[in-house]
Amino acid sequence: MGTSAGIRGVFRILWGGALVVLSLSVQSGSAVTPGSKAAGLDACVAPTPEMRRNHMDFLKHDRSLTVHQGIRDIKNSLAGCVDCHAAQDGGGGFKPVNDTDQFCSGCHAFMAVDLTCFQCHRNTPGEGDATTASTGPGSVETIQPLESLFESPTDTLHSDTTLSQHQIDSRRED
Amino acid sequence: MTEPSEQPNTKRREFIGKSLLAAGAALAAPQVLLIVANVRAETQGVSSEVRWGMLVDTNKCVDGCTSCVDACHRENGVDLLQRPTGQQDEMWNAQRPQWIRKVKLRDRQTGRVTNLPVMCQHCEFPPCADVCPTGASFKRADGIVMVDRHTCIGCRYCMMACPYKARSFIHQNVENKMVRAPRGKGCVESCNLCVHRIDAGNATTACQEACAKEGHHAILFGDLKDPQSAISLALKAQGSYQIRADLELNTGVRYTNL
Repeated sequence: MGTSAGIRGVFRILWGGALVVLSLSVQSGSAVTPGSKAAGLDACVAPTPEMRRNHMDFLKHDRSLTVHQGIRDIKNSLAGCVDCHAAQDGGGGFKPVNDTDQFCSGCHAFMAVDLTCFQCHRNTPGEGDATTASTGPGSVETIQPLESLFESPTDTLHSDTTLSQHQIDSRRED
Repeated sequence: MTEPSEQPNTKRREFIGKSLLAAGAALAAPQVLLIVANVRAETQGVSSEVRWGMLVDTNKCVDGCTSCVDACHRENGVDLLQRPTGQQDEMWNAQRPQWIRKVKLRDRQTGRVTNLPVMCQHCEFPPCADVCPTGASFKRADGIVMVDRHTCIGCRYCMMACPYKARSFIHQNVENKMVRAPRGKGCVESCNLCVHRIDAGNATTACQEACAKEGHHAILFGDLKDPQSAISLALKAQGSYQIRADLELNTGVRYTNL
């Protein structure tokens, strides 16, 4: 009895020590990606422990406000996360925040939580459209010129959607 | 026990006096209270006191001009979509998203040709929202019919329900996305009257701006509920037409000279 209780006690101490070490390493400031705007700031929109625990709730709440009620000047926005936490790639652009070992994915991979925001949302700062591609950071190199989309001879976007003569005739006869 | 005071309670008198003053102010200056109420409504989001709509003068819409289509697709990142590798022209052209398209009509008897842009008509009673199983298709308080991609499951019932063929489905993973126009595989999307502009306080859409820049001025955009807005005055002055008016959807997009 005495020895088994002693072994349990030792295990408890070891387990507690492991937890302390783990939490210290997570609590250290190294989570913010070096070279990002956030690295030069004191705090996020809320204290760090609160952000770590609740950032997903902040985003989920405010996305409904934005989409359904059109309230966009809100404290918590995904674009704001990306603006601050994307690291510069050294070539004037930014690394996507959901790249391996970048700010979002680094932690999410550790916690085994899928990150699906960036299937739809932009993962680098800047707008990335034709107007900002040439000047803004995070420009996208693979933008196809608009003219080529609409002037290519094989493109039948407009003729496809234009009603055929037969359709028009049948409609007018109705 | 304290002695009952000989003095009347001045606190009570003060309170009654202030209450009367406030009531008097409310009666005398209701405008002030109205302004306060409006400010609060703005910070709380879109209001149903506004209904955004569009009036297209088909006489001014020029054959062969696609500036509204180009501008819309540039504004909303539709032109950033790449054709999936190996996909045939036919499939790509049938499936690529389009928020606005040019339609050409020709009357067989008279030979009159009419050009018009067709996009989401922003119905007061949108069939897409009626059939949506998740509530992702919805109408905002200010009359804009939208898709909440967070809840869209990509079933495409709305595409079948829409009488205007206004909606598109994203079939492939999207590499390049814009902050103002998130987009991803498996969701339906359509014209949202450039909602990011409206929320930013602008009262123009990309298509209207492009059409005016071309000098055609075929598209008029504005608040249907404001009797003094340009669109309301134009609708009052001349006859207009809803596409498929028989469905009684009360569309927000109207056409003249159709």
